[in-house]
Amino acid sequence: MATTLANMGPASRIISSLFRRSFVKKHVCASSRFMHFTYVPETPPKQLGVTTKMNFFQSITSGLDIALANDPSAVLFGEDVAFGGVFRCTIGLKEKYGAERVFNCPLSEQGIVAFGIGVATTGATAVAEIQFADYIFPGFDQIRTEMAMYRYRSGNEFDCGRLTIRAPCSAVGHGALYHSQSVEAFFAHCPGLKVVMPRGPIQAKGLLLSCIRDDDPCMFFEPKVLYRSASEEVPTGDYMLPLSKAEVLVEGSDVTMVGWGTQVHVLREVAALAQQKLNVSCEVIDLCTILPWDQETVMQSVVKTGRVLIAHEAPITMGFGAEIAATIQHECFLNLEAPIERVCGYDTPFPHVYEVFLLPDKWRCMEAVKRLISY
Amino acid sequence: MLSSFRFTIGRAPAKPKSWILGSTQVCNMSTEMTHEVVPYKLHRLEKGPNLQVKCTRDEALKFYKQMRTIRVMETTASNLYKSKMIRGFCHLYSGQEAVAVGMEASITPDDSIITAYRAHGWTYTRGVSVKGVLSELTGRSTGCASGKGGSMHMYTKNFYGGNGIVGAQVPLGAGIALAHRYKGEDSVCIALYGDGAANQGQLFEAFNIAKLWDLPAIFVCENNGFGMGTSAERAAASTAYYTRGDYVPGIWVDGMDVLAVKEATRFAKDYVLKNGPILLETATYRYHGHSMSDPGTSYRSRDEIQEVRQTRDPIGKFSELATAAGLLTKEEIKKMDDEIKKEVAAAAEAAKTDPELPLEELYTYIYKNPPANTRVRGCDDTVWAPTK
Repeated sequence: MATTLANMGPASRIISSLFRRSFVKKHVCASSRFMHFTYVPETPPKQLGVTTKMNFFQSITSGLDIALANDPSAVLFGEDVAFGGVFRCTIGLKEKYGAERVFNCPLSEQGIVAFGIGVATTGATAVAEIQFADYIFPGFDQIRTEMAMYRYRSGNEFDCGRLTIRAPCSAVGHGALYHSQSVEAFFAHCPGLKVVMPRGPIQAKGLLLSCIRDDDPCMFFEPKVLYRSASEEVPTGDYMLPLSKAEVLVEGSDVTMVGWGTQVHVLREVAALAQQKLNVSCEVIDLCTILPWDQETVMQSVVKTGRVLIAHEAPITMGFGAEIAATIQHECFLNLEAPIERVCGYDTPFPHVYEVFLLPDKWRCMEAVKRLISY
Repeated sequence: MLSSFRFTIGRAPAKPKSWILGSTQVCNMSTEMTHEVVPYKLHRLEKGPNLQVKCTRDEALKFYKQMRTIRVMETTASNLYKSKMIRGFCHLYSGQEAVAVGMEASITPDDSIITAYRAHGWTYTRGVSVKGVLSELTGRSTGCASGKGGSMHMYTKNFYGGNGIVGAQVPLGAGIALAHRYKGEDSVCIALYGDGAANQGQLFEAFNIAKLWDLPAIFVCENNGFGMGTSAERAAASTAYYTRGDYVPGIWVDGMDVLAVKEATRFAKDYVLKNGPILLETATYRYHGHSMSDPGTSYRSRDEIQEVRQTRDPIGKFSELATAAGLLTKEEIKKMDDEIKKEVAAAAEAAKTDPELPLEELYTYIYKNPPANTRVRGCDDTVWAPTK
């Protein structure tokens, strides 16, 4: 039986590990040269039992392994998935569960998505991998028209709730136009979907298992820069983390900072910097699920702080930050002490050159914090 | 079973007894040879390209030089990538040179080409210099797309790129063919894709429209045996790609033989201008992995790659043929090799040291001629930059 953390309080209050700098230096691999943040390992709650050191892709493998082991209807497929996938997330699973359950697909994103929808409408569990989130758009029609609306349009007679689509997303330091995009906002515009983006190995495994077992179809975006660079002790057993529940990672009283995926790590550094340089206390919230999102946790924080910074890698115009800002101004208008700040990706295509300049890094977020407190 | 089957895909049958059917000699050097190619396979065609293909000395010099230049350029790109001078993704063309060089030999600069992400060789044969290619890879302003595109996105006149999404370029190619016909030009569009992309749904939409309207489009499946890490027969219900246009006629051609490709392309261009689309499958092979992050040895053996290099290599085979026919001498080839090496090395040096694009360029070419005061928003509401 899976352990649910819903009643345990945010798993991540544990982030005392902000101070484990020596640990980080030792374990961040050389390929992190272009990373614009430092990954700080987290500690899992004791209730989740035995742990072992895993990086992000290994924690995904572990989650998929458990999903396949406990659900005989579950199948796993995508381009090169039988060989482990380009990021090694499915390595060893074909050998363990057989080629009938873990298999390669032709290069056919629309087909992969639609095939998954078909499998899931029968009640079976389907986990489809799109090799890069940037490649998902040939399947966009199927996701938007079929996957998101099946339940609604059939009057709840059919649904594809047991479908989860996994896709690596976001900047990786050298991805250029088609291997860097953060696409979550496109899917956040589709009622009926759940859209999730984890920030690290412990969370990835728990949220992935929740997505796979959820009764609604889920888009699960994995920040690919974390696959090898983020590692920590991850519980080896079966556990789930709640969807649509944000986590307060750092408590603070002056500024609320909201992010998801890799941007959370940037915001943590900003919180530490702001405390140190400006004596400003920042509260960092990981939204975790982008659709449907946890408004309550965010609003509670805004009521307390009155100042908000939202940051994401996707372009600023119509990024999901716009929705959050609109909701906050409506719900907390009289609590706001300054205009809501957004620090996001540029309104340009993701370029081959200048990648490092394009990201909403900690210095840009720091400037926004200064604007918020001096308004 | 599977691996032996895989290896027969596109593999040339045993050499015909007489490869070179004849040559014309002037002053100890031949000026022309006739070469018999591996038989084509035809789909919905009564007559195919000629089995006997002529090659002049000038052509031989050109074909050898172009193929060798692509090979050395790709090896150099591989080294630049390993030394982290090239970032991003990088898909190399080594092994497939005969396709680009052979096709280019039978079309004119007025004909159009559009391809996928394995675009370096095509960019070169379309007229971009080695420096233009390598500098694009290293993100320099002297690159053919000013460093904004990188490996998959290279462009020049009548070369519509470099496309990163598998199969997406094929319907575009049908559109380019439509434009040629609409404008009353005697030009064709060659739309290239790989055996992996052959299974994408939008190809079949393109075939239908091209045949419905009889567009002058040559669809070319460069079958190198693998769609990323998956061999052709594991991904396709039919690996007879030349037949997969159904009502679109098709030709299978030995893609490791530059002269066979040249002749098939000549036939195809003539055919599509009179009759509408055709599909060519060029049986070829890639020596490198799918991209630089794929060593290319987990789904095939090193022995397999080695065997292709020894028995089917397009450059090795062509130079043997041309020297045996007395069209080229070994000394000439050696001299060309040295020159190419020098040219590519100089280009690589420039690609390392040429200036990067000025930062303002980040904001340019999002829209055409925006109103003078248009600004693009950066990471937050404090960053606004002019665009043009």
